[in-house]
Amino acid sequence: MATNNIPNHKYVIETSDLEIFYGSFKAVTGVNMKIERNKITAIIGPSGCGKSTLLRAFNRMNELYAGTSIQGLVTFEGEDIYAPHVDPVEVRYRIGMVFQKPNPFPKSIYENIAWTARIHGYKGNMNELVESSLRQAALWEEVKDKLHQSGLSLSGGQQQRLCIARAISIKPEVILMDEPASALDPIATLRIEELMQELKKNYTIIIVTHNMQQAARASDYTAMMMLSGEGERSGTVIEFGETNRIFTNPKHKRTEDYVTGRFG
Amino acid sequence: MLRKTFENEIQQVKDDVLLLGSMVEQAILSSVEALKKRDVKASEIIFEKDKEINEKRFEIENKLMILIATQQPMAHDLRLLASCMEIISELERMGDYAKGIANINIRMGDAPLLKPLIDVPRMAQIGVDMLHQALTAFVNEDIETAKSIPVKDDEVDALYNQVYHELMMYVIQDPKTIERANWLLWVAHNLERVADRVTNICERTIFIATGKMEEIKSTDDEFWHNQPHQN
Repeated sequence: MATNNIPNHKYVIETSDLEIFYGSFKAVTGVNMKIERNKITAIIGPSGCGKSTLLRAFNRMNELYAGTSIQGLVTFEGEDIYAPHVDPVEVRYRIGMVFQKPNPFPKSIYENIAWTARIHGYKGNMNELVESSLRQAALWEEVKDKLHQSGLSLSGGQQQRLCIARAISIKPEVILMDEPASALDPIATLRIEELMQELKKNYTIIIVTHNMQQAARASDYTAMMMLSGEGERSGTVIEFGETNRIFTNPKHKRTEDYVTGRFG
Repeated sequence: MLRKTFENEIQQVKDDVLLLGSMVEQAILSSVEALKKRDVKASEIIFEKDKEINEKRFEIENKLMILIATQQPMAHDLRLLASCMEIISELERMGDYAKGIANINIRMGDAPLLKPLIDVPRMAQIGVDMLHQALTAFVNEDIETAKSIPVKDDEVDALYNQVYHELMMYVIQDPKTIERANWLLWVAHNLERVADRVTNICERTIFIATGKMEEIKSTDDEFWHNQPHQN
């Protein structure tokens, strides 16, 4: 995909009147967001309000589920990622994803990264790439002496960091994280959050989380999603702004109710 | 309603703040009453009872810390609990002013009052009324009242001004009265500070309700510019 790559452009991803459908069911409606470069944007909200659906629309991952479609616009570096000539696979190279459950390949730690890089056509020094990816994911020190052990032999938190190392080995610009720490214990969770602070120097991160404290601790911006209006079943972003403000002085009553735990 | 337990705990903290407030109101009024009657015994009791105010403040502070640590308050809850920290500290300092007035009465020994106390008890009453209204506005998150209370600070400042000039007249006429004048000036000064601190509580109430942190305009600065010993 040919993009107008202007690194100084403040916003990496922008949506305009975005609607997402599963068949005829409109799951997400009316989303207008600008995702700032080198920042962490958290998407919070109750279950079933479309957080993950919205996240997956940012790299066309929804298309892997049959019958999904969108209306409106999603741009990456100023270019419509849903335009007919755009290859969704390339979109997903540039906008990587880390999932809720760590999903390393049943291969060695080394191969989890090397294999990924090879199929993406990487021709450089593989040892260097493996080391730098693992270092960026804050995993190198823990695994450097057992690179040829299976990735599945690692703890849950280490596996998740391996998945992050794998995602960044192909040098994406944006990393989407869908509940990356919900299967981890509190220490492993904090390690992931610390890692996100390091990663945002080089990447833009969008994270879906059920854990409000995590959004408050780790993100720069927070998007509050809810089902829109009475009787409607579509999720939408009801408030989007600086995390510090959302958690101290939200504008919207429903945001206030959610962040103070009165929702439900 | 979710978080019923937390709501109850917040209500308890508010009740505790009101209780601390009434202890302070009582201390201020009785410290001036004891001075007016030159009742040293009563002042000694007030001086000792300040410890109870301090203990109550620490007790509330501890409850607030536990709530913040265990309940992770956000938004309005967070503003409320953080502001309570500030308000109890203001109240504790007001208690210190009452203790200071009690201390002056104790230190005056047998010396008679330089003049009968008229304006000083009036200052105390206005200050305590302001405090009472400010705490009611805090509990009800009544922004309009919170904004209107600091205006009454002008009355306290005017009375202080009056007391100051009166006492200076005594000193000019008879320099030997300087120490007794100074005692009363300190008492009036403490009461003037009480009213100022009420303004801080009103500012917190507005912050809790709106999230806006702003200073309510006080005429305090103008007061100092009007002092004869200032430029």
